[in-house]
Amino acid sequence: MTIPLLPIYMHIPDGFLSVPVATVMYVITAIIIGAAVRQTNRHLKESTAPLMGVLAAFIFAAQMMNFPVAGGTSGHMLGGALAAILVGPWAAVLIMTTVIGVQALIFQDGGLAALGANIFNMGILTAFTGYAIYRTVVSVLRGTRASMLVGSFAAAWISVMLAALMTSAQLAISDTSPWSVVLPAMLGVHVLIGIGEGLITAGAVGLVLSARPDLLRSATSAVTQKLSSSGYSGESAS
Amino acid sequence: MTARKGWIALIASGVGLALIITLFSPFASGSPDGLERVAEDKDFLHHAQGPSFEIIPDYAVPGIDNERVATILSGIIGVLIVAVIGLAVGFGLKRLAASRAEQTHTTDTTTSAPPG
Repeated sequence: MTIPLLPIYMHIPDGFLSVPVATVMYVITAIIIGAAVRQTNRHLKESTAPLMGVLAAFIFAAQMMNFPVAGGTSGHMLGGALAAILVGPWAAVLIMTTVIGVQALIFQDGGLAALGANIFNMGILTAFTGYAIYRTVVSVLRGTRASMLVGSFAAAWISVMLAALMTSAQLAISDTSPWSVVLPAMLGVHVLIGIGEGLITAGAVGLVLSARPDLLRSATSAVTQKLSSSGYSGESAS
Repeated sequence: MTARKGWIALIASGVGLALIITLFSPFASGSPDGLERVAEDKDFLHHAQGPSFEIIPDYAVPGIDNERVATILSGIIGVLIVAVIGLAVGFGLKRLAASRAEQTHTTDTTTSAPPG
């Protein structure tokens, strides 16, 4: 019983990252959050503000729901890809910063020194890669309903793998665990966790598609114009 | 304003769904998650340092004997906090954008002065 029981989950606790790695990640993350504030402010859509509250709430709740994966391990949703699909990557960065920041400050989930890295890995990286993958799949498959579900799954799964890759790199550079050990281990576990992320993300996007398709249309308007069958007419005129 | 009603309904149903999810949080898997499992298997978990302060550690509100209740309560608190912050950021940025648009509109003829 020498190992203390710590609330680690997916979040990097303090002690895993060297001071230079943690510092560099803080600086990069701070710059991107600053850009996200400016970009979100500039390109704010009618639906973005309420969705930011809803998505933050949903992602926080979903992150508490650890689901079992093989070998006595569990995983939980990250949510960055889902947020980016619904409100775009910049607003998604602000949502993920809110969730991960509150987890660190109030719930002691993830270290305070590692907070920059945690926001980058789980929030920023997942939002931008998830968004890019989703948009690519949807435009290649011409904006059909199926393309949105397939795109959501792919975006979520790949974003989790990239988050695991980035976390491994930070641990390796910090000399916490050698690259050749930590990378295959992290990717191996997250291959499965990413499937959970993909299923939840595609499920949530499917739910939004049936209940409020206008929300997805406004976030990905260029691609999904063709989908505009069932119209929600609550949009205010300017 | 039907749009506003639509947004209130969206917020209520979305946050409501999140609150319902937290009711199931006691049934979440207690197994170590991906990173924790790797840290354990690859023998670097001992590097982990505890937090320097604690408010609601381990998603259980302290001082409540019933573990399930403590977990659900922490989930409800977390959901409400992040929802309020998310909405404050979203509507704050919206208000900022609106006031800036108004300002550039009124100062259109002059050189657009920086706000402040």
